[in-house]
Amino acid sequence: MFGYKSLSIKQKQVVWAWGFLALPVVFYSVIRFYPTFGAVLLSFQEWNLLGGKTWNGIENYQKLFADPVFWKVFGNTFLYLILGTPISLLVSFIIAYNLDKVRFMHGTIRALYFLPFMTSTVAMAWLWRWFYQPVPIGLFNNMLAAISIPQFPFLKSTFWALPSIWAPAVWAGLGFQVIIFMAGIRAIPNTYYEAARIDGVGPWTILREITLPLLKPTIVFLVVFSSIGFLRIFDQVFNMTTNDPGGPLNATKPLVLMIYDTAFNAFDMGYAAAQTVVLFTVLLVVSLVQLRIMRDK
Amino acid sequence: MKILNKKFWKNSVTGLAAGAVFAMGTAAANAVEIEYWQYFFEARVNAVDILIENFEAANPDITVIQTTFPYADYRTKVAASIPAGQGPDVVQLFYGWLNDYVDADLIRPLPTDMFPPEQIEAEFFPMVQAMKRDGAYMALPTAVRALALFYNKRLFEEAGIEAPPETLDELVDIAAALTKRDGSGNITQVGITTGMNAQDHHWWREVLVRQFGGSPYTDDYKTVTYNDASGIAALQWYADLETTHGVTQSGVMDEPQAAFKAGRAGMHIDGSFRIGALNSTRGLEWGVAELPAGPDGMRSNYSSYWVNAVTSKAEGEKQEAALKFMAYLTSDEAMQIWLETVGELPAKPTAALTDANKADPVFGPFVEGLGYARTTIFANESGQRQVIMDALQRILLEDASAETALGEAAATEQALLDEYYN
Repeated sequence: MFGYKSLSIKQKQVVWAWGFLALPVVFYSVIRFYPTFGAVLLSFQEWNLLGGKTWNGIENYQKLFADPVFWKVFGNTFLYLILGTPISLLVSFIIAYNLDKVRFMHGTIRALYFLPFMTSTVAMAWLWRWFYQPVPIGLFNNMLAAISIPQFPFLKSTFWALPSIWAPAVWAGLGFQVIIFMAGIRAIPNTYYEAARIDGVGPWTILREITLPLLKPTIVFLVVFSSIGFLRIFDQVFNMTTNDPGGPLNATKPLVLMIYDTAFNAFDMGYAAAQTVVLFTVLLVVSLVQLRIMRDK
Repeated sequence: MKILNKKFWKNSVTGLAAGAVFAMGTAAANAVEIEYWQYFFEARVNAVDILIENFEAANPDITVIQTTFPYADYRTKVAASIPAGQGPDVVQLFYGWLNDYVDADLIRPLPTDMFPPEQIEAEFFPMVQAMKRDGAYMALPTAVRALALFYNKRLFEEAGIEAPPETLDELVDIAAALTKRDGSGNITQVGITTGMNAQDHHWWREVLVRQFGGSPYTDDYKTVTYNDASGIAALQWYADLETTHGVTQSGVMDEPQAAFKAGRAGMHIDGSFRIGALNSTRGLEWGVAELPAGPDGMRSNYSSYWVNAVTSKAEGEKQEAALKFMAYLTSDEAMQIWLETVGELPAKPTAALTDANKADPVFGPFVEGLGYARTTIFANESGQRQVIMDALQRILLEDASAETALGEAAATEQALLDEYYN
């Protein structure tokens, strides 16, 4: 205490500042960084959760890069992203742009778009899973059968299963993106539009020259946010394919599901940790690249 | 204690409070509390509740607390808790998990004076011998389960079929008579449910492969041997149910047991643990038959079981109490209660293969099946199941031949086994 009293006011302020800062620093160190570091270490070890850990060097990584299932899964993960981010952003922007002009029942329509985002992913995934079933219980296929159109395989096809899982994921995330886009559009000062109209500029030019450039921070945020979301997709796939996780024939399996399967079905924790490190690296690189590309010049 | 409390009750409120504190104090002093873990399956939980009640009545100084987890989380919870010294004193484990727990010293051998190996070998089904390590048993089951063919009596009657199939050929014919399609040719009622994800991969591995003249693995289950003409014939026969005969659709109504429960399937192969759930399905009239015999009349079955084990967490008086509870869990009385509550068969032939059980229309076929059942020793059950599921999908979705599909399956599964055992 004596030491503290002898400090100058400036030094005391520093002590207090660090005192308050210590809380998040400790929190992040213990809850985030320590386990992350532990996972990286674990990726060089072999562990089945029960016995001791043994070092096995880069064996887990060698096995991973030689595993054809990993590359299939890696491709799937990027397919979710490449289909997901641009399409969902485009659709949500079109909705937000037009919804912004609608006055009639504006709040209700906006709420309707937001509703799926608030629904539990698990409940939603199971509902869609049932929609996709063949006759006699699947909603879509029953409709097709009623008008004598052949059954559509949805989740039972190696080609269509991934888009079938992807579609509800996009639909569920749409509400959030619409709300963020609308907030972004509202934040653009009206004076720009007034000036443009006085100059007699057409709606296309307004969109291209005013709205989109000024929405850039919003777009950057949504691109990064939705990319991370699609790269980490798990709940939808897991719940829609519990009978054949990530199937058929690994057609829908994303990286996170492979990690889950390796860790909690095969109990190969070291191998799962190696997959996690790869996912972490991919997420980091993709986010950094996107931030760099979309940074203001 | 009761009298003491009553006296205090008459005196004053403070007296009551003091009495309660006193009562709790003494109760804790001479009672041992042990924890029992299993996964949540209503009939199993009810059975253990009854067993605990009986056990506590016989051993007033021991309290058993039952904790359950959803099946999907159970293995992880157990695996994470026991090494941390947190979990149960007596735990239920799937027989296939035992190796990992023994290797990590997480369960204690059962003392040979209380559980003499000679007696266990004389009394229990031979498959239980897989639980023996260095002359002592590590774990023991209360019940074992086998497969049988469930059939929908109403649909059988409607199609004019008198008896369930005795052979695989009869199965195909009967399934054809039970299959219904709508105007566009879509299946609305399957003759038999299929889907390698449920119990069918066991049926294929231990029953069909053997019936077509092969054997799925070497005796130690460390080497795949199904990749030959018999294995291919078995897989082809199974795939033909859908592709050639059109009497099934894999994954109809999402899950095979759901289709059977809903009355949309004529036949369904499942384990004895399904009995409880089917019993509570209103309006479903079902019967059970032995799995059909193979081309040369051979019968086979797959049997599995969950075992009880005492963990390394239980020490001193807790260990003693845990062992007493173990002894009760593996007693004839407990097995009978388990049979009546859950529908799983007693782990001792003397208790299971009784005339009453054999004559029972529901338990009978399972009991018969147990007599010739085999138990697969899995290294990674879900991984090995996936291999067989994928083999079928290659045939159904990618038009692969049974030969190619099975060749790939055998290579993948052998890699899994090699990695686990080496």
